Amino acid sequence: MNEIRLAPPLIATMEAHARATYPDECCGMLIGPVPAGDGPRIVEAVEPAANEFEGERRRRFVIPPEQLRATERRLEASGRGVVGFYHSHPDHPARPSTFDRDHAWPWYAYLVLGVRSGAVDGLGAFELDPESGEFAERPIVRSDGAGAGPVASGKASA
Amino acid sequence: MATVTIRIPTPLRPFAGGHAEVAVEGATVGALVGALAAEYPSLRRHLFTPDGQIRHFVSVYLNDQDVRGLAREATPVKDGDRVAIVPAIAGGAPAGRATRDRPAGAPDAVRAEAPFSRDELLRYSRHILLPEVGLSGQKKLRRAKVLVVGTGGLGSPTALYLAAAGVGEIGLVDFDTVDLSNLQRQILYTTPDVGQPKLAAARARLAAMNPTIRIVPHEARLTSENAMEVLRPYDLVIDGTDNFPTRYLVNDACVLLGKPNVYGSIYRFEGQVSVFDARRGPCYRCLYPEPPPPDLVPSCAEAGVLGVLPGVVGVLQATEAVKLILGAGEPLIGRLLLYDALAMQFRELRLEKNPECALCSTHPTQTGLIDYLRFCGVPGSEAAAHGPAAPEIGAKELSAALAGSDPPLLVDVREPEEWDLGHLPGARLIPKGELTEHLDELTRAREIVLYCRSGARSAQSTRQLLDLGFSHVRSLKGGILAWAAEVDPSLPAY
Repeated sequence: MNEIRLAPPLIATMEAHARATYPDECCGMLIGPVPAGDGPRIVEAVEPAANEFEGERRRRFVIPPEQLRATERRLEASGRGVVGFYHSHPDHPARPSTFDRDHAWPWYAYLVLGVRSGAVDGLGAFELDPESGEFAERPIVRSDGAGAGPVASGKASA
Repeated sequence: MATVTIRIPTPLRPFAGGHAEVAVEGATVGALVGALAAEYPSLRRHLFTPDGQIRHFVSVYLNDQDVRGLAREATPVKDGDRVAIVPAIAGGAPAGRATRDRPAGAPDAVRAEAPFSRDELLRYSRHILLPEVGLSGQKKLRRAKVLVVGTGGLGSPTALYLAAAGVGEIGLVDFDTVDLSNLQRQILYTTPDVGQPKLAAARARLAAMNPTIRIVPHEARLTSENAMEVLRPYDLVIDGTDNFPTRYLVNDACVLLGKPNVYGSIYRFEGQVSVFDARRGPCYRCLYPEPPPPDLVPSCAEAGVLGVLPGVVGVLQATEAVKLILGAGEPLIGRLLLYDALAMQFRELRLEKNPECALCSTHPTQTGLIDYLRFCGVPGSEAAAHGPAAPEIGAKELSAALAGSDPPLLVDVREPEEWDLGHLPGARLIPKGELTEHLDELTRAREIVLYCRSGARSAQSTRQLLDLGFSHVRSLKGGILAWAAEVDPSLPAY
């Protein structure tokens, strides 16, 4: 099972982003080393992105391909890349929606932050199962900033 | 047949034997992606829909250009080209509950994220070629919702250019019908539209200009009661109004809703343009805290206007609207652009936010919409009646009196140019501003009837004469417009 490892300050960054854009959705990229195959997704940095969705940004987000491409290129030489994405669900729980599932890519880690009345009230991690086409929940492991072993496991909530 | 390297995105590498790049052969982009899927069958479902189209959220780049801006799958390739498959990432909360302004699952939201059709790419190609616009800018235009208040001289060119530019939703506010006198400057309308409701004609014209956008008519006078509701769904508002009450109303509603207001106004040969966004700069009230006295500022109908003038000003407004949507360039916030058509000069004044502004300062005294007719002292509104109302005579009654044995003295208080457009038989011309210089020409023995275009100016002059001691003075109710409607349709109702 591909767990998601990330340091608490990164969670705080995403939470601040989610609060700042409320009631609109926020979105961003998870940056880390690109594993050869399966394995834990180690998030070393989060990169907030502008929500480029054209319409009701309270319940949709889009990160356009050119933006993803630009980030990938910038990171290429470092051996790191985009290993997943985060976005918020204003006034909805931290679970992927049907729309999330229909537009999801395999392999990437998807973090969803639930925001209620402007306060973050949940964080969930998910990965698309390419066989069933459904999301499976993944454990979030809060690591320290130095990339040491897990200090906690299971679903985190703020 | 060319040999081309395709770059596989990280999430799909497990389905392509773990490769980051795969060399395949084909003559077009579509053939290459097809060949890739043939070599790695488990890739197919991630790249193609069941009916064989490339999925919306799969972007294909040929040498750094999205093929949606080229010939899509039919784009030809040659040896040495580089193709990259790039994911677009999308998601979002479930429909329902969280939405406030619009019903969940609004079809335009789905439409806004769909890729452009081939026709749309062609239509907007001259935009997409601009690095400052590009596909992402064109999409911003498509998802934008702009309200045009007033579809007259200013609103006509503005709405036409916004529609041409591909602004996805254009709301139009007007309640008038097309008049022959509009056609000299209101280029949304054509001669066969005369007598038709403006919004029906405007909608048809804009839809013909660009059938891919949505036109939302609001056939009503904008009032304090409906303004918030009408403006709320829009991203920005274009002020194409021709009167002060509505202009203050538009400004105030924009400030209260936190929306930019692209302002334009015209007078004879001169125009003004600015962008009022109280979050980033001054509002209209910072510039003009109080409206001018109503009789100081005649409308286009009273003062005349050079027909091309609203064209220039309206197109400047459209330019600012497009820039705001794109987030490109320097918006006209905190700047008032003045245009003088006769001198052919543009001047710019710097506008500061008024720290004491009643509406947009940190300590506003006005926190909601007010009675704008009253605020602007419009004749006929409750508070405008300072002093006694002028006595009036109806058009039919006047017609009978003129035919009688003791006809009143008929005085036209309009300007000479208006007189030349048509006047009542037997009248004499004394413009309102010159009335006091011609008192000796007026008789106190006979009744005097004053008239103007609509009855506003003549009512003021009537009160003036009564104050000066004339006892038998009346004003033609509804002015020459009423006369044309009730007595003599051959007189032009301008």
